[in-house]
Amino acid sequence: MQIKTMAEYFAEGETPEVLFWVGCAGSIDQRSQKITRAFAEILTRTGTKFAVLGKEEACTGDPARRAGNEFLFQMMAYNNIQVLNNYGVKKIVTACPHCFNTLKNEYPELGGHYEVMHHTTFLQGLINEGRIKMKEGGSFKGKKITYHDSCYLGRANGIYEAPRAVLEALDAELVEMKRCGSRGMCCGAGGAQMFKEEEKGTTRVNFERGREAVDTGAEIIASNCPFCMTMLTDGVKETGKEDSVKVLDLAELIARDMQE
Amino acid sequence: MQIVSQLLFFAALAAAVFFFSRRAAGIRRNILQGRDIDLSDQPGRRWNNLLLLAFGQKKMFRNPLVAVLHFFVYAGFVIINLEILEIIIDGLAGTHRIFAPVLGPVYPVLIGCFEILAVLVAVSCAIFLVRRNILKLKRFISHDLDGWPRSDANYILITEIVLMLLFLTMNTADGVLQSRGAAHYTETGSFWVTGMFQPLFEGFSDSTLAGIERGAWWLHILGIFAFLNYLPWSKHLHIILAFPNAYFARLEPNGKMENMPAIQQEVLYAMQPELAPTDASAAEVPKFGAKDVHDLTWKNLLDAFSCTECGRCSAACPATQTGKALSPRLIMMKTRDRAEAAGRGETGKTLLRDYISEEELRACTSCGACVQECPVSINPLDIIFQMRRHLVMEESSAPQEWTLMFSNIENNMAPWKSSPDERDAWIHA
Repeated sequence: MQIKTMAEYFAEGETPEVLFWVGCAGSIDQRSQKITRAFAEILTRTGTKFAVLGKEEACTGDPARRAGNEFLFQMMAYNNIQVLNNYGVKKIVTACPHCFNTLKNEYPELGGHYEVMHHTTFLQGLINEGRIKMKEGGSFKGKKITYHDSCYLGRANGIYEAPRAVLEALDAELVEMKRCGSRGMCCGAGGAQMFKEEEKGTTRVNFERGREAVDTGAEIIASNCPFCMTMLTDGVKETGKEDSVKVLDLAELIARDMQE
Repeated sequence: MQIVSQLLFFAALAAAVFFFSRRAAGIRRNILQGRDIDLSDQPGRRWNNLLLLAFGQKKMFRNPLVAVLHFFVYAGFVIINLEILEIIIDGLAGTHRIFAPVLGPVYPVLIGCFEILAVLVAVSCAIFLVRRNILKLKRFISHDLDGWPRSDANYILITEIVLMLLFLTMNTADGVLQSRGAAHYTETGSFWVTGMFQPLFEGFSDSTLAGIERGAWWLHILGIFAFLNYLPWSKHLHIILAFPNAYFARLEPNGKMENMPAIQQEVLYAMQPELAPTDASAAEVPKFGAKDVHDLTWKNLLDAFSCTECGRCSAACPATQTGKALSPRLIMMKTRDRAEAAGRGETGKTLLRDYISEEELRACTSCGACVQECPVSINPLDIIFQMRRHLVMEESSAPQEWTLMFSNIENNMAPWKSSPDERDAWIHA
């Protein structure tokens, strides 16, 4: 895959259509890298002129801020905004709802004003414009898929319809969990929980959510967040159903069944 | 004799108003212990929230059946106040049903509506008692409510049923007396609900009926005065504070955390020292985050006093549901209890640790379900975030894994241990 960085575009005196903000998980975590590649592949195949920041990208500061470390958050925000503004970035797409929320809602008052989209909304746009066409009788046709609303896309930003619209393109059977939409249950990773051991309780949040997802009878759990991905994968494993139930990101689902 | 009754009524009314006002002022003082925050922006959107969330009880309708029952009680409370106005005028002036001659044929229709509402209120409250004490819904039998809070809820429901029954008893006796043409009992025509029950009272003499009518009248109004004064000591205060709380509700996207301009500034000066004021040493060092109620905003404290302990937040909280120490409802109850105690002059204690433990604060996933579910626009998450800020920035208190995460972000630009040079490795993999 040929992926250009912002610096390379800049050197050529060109401007990409959109900046793909990969995020830390998408850059570093092995499982999330697959999501990143799937989304980059979709962008490439749809002829979307996009760039990444590459080594110039840094954590948005979300987990630091939510853990209470405002200093660290402000430092990360300052540096990221400098980089983004220096390149004159206007439009950003990201496959991480935490990055999405921070870039969209928290950077503007610190001087970073961009049009920010989550990849599910972006995919919906590509489908609506006919830039993504799905194969006839794709591999998900008629299969049961359940969708897990991430907190930072759903409740935090009110985006419930776009990801479901994307799933419709798969011609699969969407089955909802009991707690879905604005009542969706957290995977357990937000608020910097991803980076520490859970407090003691009767069970783990991801075990509870994994069980709920498996109970729908779906073969595929569609997620939109690298942290939910990790949590739900472990949650499914706990139920012993990891061979028959797969957790996949929306980008991976679309990439698999896209027409050439 | 009449004048004695008027004087007694005046004394009761004056006492009720006096004690209520005194307590209301106390609550206002307790709320204003919080730091100042300007919430006067966007009045249009705020009025809209007031109408939809408070008057329209929009969020209650996430569960339509309960919402309808609750709406009966709410409408009953608001509309029956018109009847109370008449009772107060009658009580002070020594008249009886003073609105009857003024309103003419409309009067029995109005009272008929009140009676239907009274029945709906009583039935709804009875159903609520069943939900709490017989069906034992999870959020009502939770340990959050052990002790006084659980009794408080039952006292409120029982009092409301008793008040409605007194109102209906009073009208039944009144109706029979009217039909007999008893002196002072203004002819209004039969009332819709109590008209049906009049046969039950036909066997009584005029004087017994007058005794029942007067007794019920007095107990009803004295009960209302007493309830008015119980209100501000109870969770039931939400019937008043839900309105300002909806008006002052947060208007920003749920996912946005409150910015800290002081730190933003400090980081800016660190990065661009040329911008820093030269007399920076004179500036006082601000406190970061919240250790006690005084560090929270008055809106956080208004939230705490608006909480009616329904537990919708905790029922939706992933931490509460998986047996963690955290319950957003308790965060609000503890904040209110500490604000009360601090208002009484409790010293040597703070909201953090004496009321809310670190373990509770650490269990939050910031999923926002508590904020989403609250019918009266309370935001427990904002309090949790401010207290986390205190722990990390004032006390350097964080789980070891978080400290490591902070240093990874600072040094590796990512929360994990990884080289920044590896960040684009996925492209070439």
